[in-house]
Amino acid sequence: MKKIFALLTAGVMVLALAACGGGEATLPTDATVVDEAAMTYEEFMAAEMESEVTVETFVQAHQSWWDNKITVYCQSEDGAYLLYELACSEEDAEKLVPGTKIRVNGYKSEWSGEVEIIDGTFEFVNDGETYVAEALDVTELLGTEELINHQNKFASFKGLTVENISYKNDEPGDDIYLTLGYNGASYDFCVEVYLTGTESEVYTTVGTLKAGDKVDVEGFLYWYEGVNPHITAITVVE
Amino acid sequence: MKKFISLLMAVVFILALTACHGRLETATEAQKLAFDVPEEFDASKNYEITFWAKNDTNLTQVEIYKNAIAEFEGYYPNIKVNLRLYTDYGKIYNDVITNIATNTTPNVCITYPDHIATYMTGEDTVVALDSLMADESYGLGGSKVLFDSPREDEIVPKFLEECEIDGNYYALPYMRSTEACYVNKTFVEKLGYTLPEKLTWDFVWQVSKSATEKDADGNFKVNSQKVMIPFIYKSTDNMMIQMLKQREAGYSDISGKIELFNPVTEEILLNIAENSKMGAFNTFKLAGYPANFLNAGQCIFAVDSTAGATWMGSDAPLVDIADDKVVNFEIEVMTIPQYDVENPVMISQGPSLCVFNKEDKQEVLASWLFAQFMLTNNVQIAYAETEGYVPVTLKAQGSGEYVDYLNRRGEDNNLYYPVKIDATQLLLDNTENTFVTAVFNGSASLRDAAGQLIESVNKSVRRGESIDKGYIEGLYEEVSALYRLDDIKSKMETGDMGALPKESAILIAAIALCWVCMGVYMAKDKIKTVKLKKNVDF
Repeated sequence: MKKIFALLTAGVMVLALAACGGGEATLPTDATVVDEAAMTYEEFMAAEMESEVTVETFVQAHQSWWDNKITVYCQSEDGAYLLYELACSEEDAEKLVPGTKIRVNGYKSEWSGEVEIIDGTFEFVNDGETYVAEALDVTELLGTEELINHQNKFASFKGLTVENISYKNDEPGDDIYLTLGYNGASYDFCVEVYLTGTESEVYTTVGTLKAGDKVDVEGFLYWYEGVNPHITAITVVE
Repeated sequence: MKKFISLLMAVVFILALTACHGRLETATEAQKLAFDVPEEFDASKNYEITFWAKNDTNLTQVEIYKNAIAEFEGYYPNIKVNLRLYTDYGKIYNDVITNIATNTTPNVCITYPDHIATYMTGEDTVVALDSLMADESYGLGGSKVLFDSPREDEIVPKFLEECEIDGNYYALPYMRSTEACYVNKTFVEKLGYTLPEKLTWDFVWQVSKSATEKDADGNFKVNSQKVMIPFIYKSTDNMMIQMLKQREAGYSDISGKIELFNPVTEEILLNIAENSKMGAFNTFKLAGYPANFLNAGQCIFAVDSTAGATWMGSDAPLVDIADDKVVNFEIEVMTIPQYDVENPVMISQGPSLCVFNKEDKQEVLASWLFAQFMLTNNVQIAYAETEGYVPVTLKAQGSGEYVDYLNRRGEDNNLYYPVKIDATQLLLDNTENTFVTAVFNGSASLRDAAGQLIESVNKSVRRGESIDKGYIEGLYEEVSALYRLDDIKSKMETGDMGALPKESAILIAAIALCWVCMGVYMAKDKIKTVKLKKNVDF
């Protein structure tokens, strides 16, 4: 009788422990990325919208992690990618430092002009290779059709004139919208608060700008109904 | 002993009957949490309260909040209101949840009733407003309120009802909107159709399908462009909820029983899949803002909130696309498509105000006074005029100022922008045709799940997957797991709704005691029998 009771108690304990573990979500990050050859950027761009894509690329920056998702700016020698709401644990998010090589599987999509990879999962590629892109000066490409060929790349613009600054909420704390002029035309830029935070140098510097200031900026060539770079650095030059 | 057991059983039976009245018990619990209103508001002490507000990325709304605070502080110089601004209900929700844990919730915040149901899982977190509303001195229209506060019967009854949870009011309505279908009438007629007085789903699908026709160069015939999304929907959760309601099919009941995964849902999803496959339908999440496609001549039917009306149309005061991309077209603001045009049904949505509990009752009273101030005519009318919102008080709706505003439709493309006033009028004309879904802990997840069904089908179609009954069954399981709907379901089924009410605990203890007594009685009886037998044998 004692043996049966002991067995029964052990069984109940095992069941109880199993039940306690039920609350943990299984993260898609742990899923195996489809084992197929990674695409080149050219192949990625040639792929149909909503088709499955696999790329190997290098982390350049990311927005803040939330709810097991993270939006990552990536770039390789041949082109750049935005990984929108990539499935990612908080632990893995901390490892997504600039230069880290990852293999991503997801779907190519377009949202208001921004070509991105959505519903993606990833794994780290530990082959020792790293890459941090230098900012590509695309100032002279502003207003041209060629600019979109560099979508998502880390880029720089030199000698732009501040025309307007506005906080998304009319006060610090959220995104900042900048209108910068060059060669008589106006372009929209954004300090994306999830990318830079509100304590960053770029965020505080932009808050002090006034119309007429001449600035050099760096950031990622994001698209929203036209070019709308997410800027990460700004220098007042005049 | 037998008498004792009979008595015990009777007591247990009575207790069991009492416990069966679940709603009565909930109401009693809620009444216990009812706020004890101080007799006097202490004007000698200073109070600093925080107000977390949401705007529609509309700086005029931000100004209105700031002006309202300044005006309120004029009435109550000892109350300072600190404003924190958001552009997204979801972010407020996340921040409130985070701050409940650290006991640093705001005093007042803009929210949805679905979210309040989650806030209420924290002990005594949200103030039940019933006693405050009814208080003669500081309640709605109270004698000691320093501003012209609306009486309870001056709030649109339907909107106030939406703030009732478990028999108590946990919020005040602030603004109300619904969804509208913004139609490119020019394109509808170009395709050879005439807009009916009220849209039906059949009509929208039919026109949308015909708009997918392309010319030899791959351009859509109707707009001569490479892009055309004939029918685009902003909030797919609303889409599913309203389609089900129109079909009188299940979604959830008032007790939180989930009915979303039913045959009508399947039928709706299969129909959406068919239209998605033809390129007749897409969603905000997968493509972009409906207004941008509509204004660029790349969409015919755009369903979005009436609170998004200032972004809709060739002359819209707010535009997110380049001027040279905007095309000229005649726009018609219509109720969302219906299955039965004789009995139109549409959702009621929009921000509400909830008050959070604090140790200092005077601080709560200060918060309540501010929340109440947001219902005064000046605030209501000014905010409603920023978008296709409707004031929540009959007092504001019937005021000369507001009636004049509506009558001046089309005088300009800003304050009197016709599309915005048409959207407002749509809700004013259909207030009695609106509905809200049941609110319970988990209802926010269920809402997300309803939208996810459509989003998943739309994506899968575009990814070449075949959508059939088997797919839908799998999708139901996947979505149910993703939003942990089984947890909600099992809680509802097992009654695991948090800490056990005291009465229930007494009942269970009584039953246990009863069983113990019965056991003891039977054992004693058995021993007696054995002893008797022994006496006989020996």
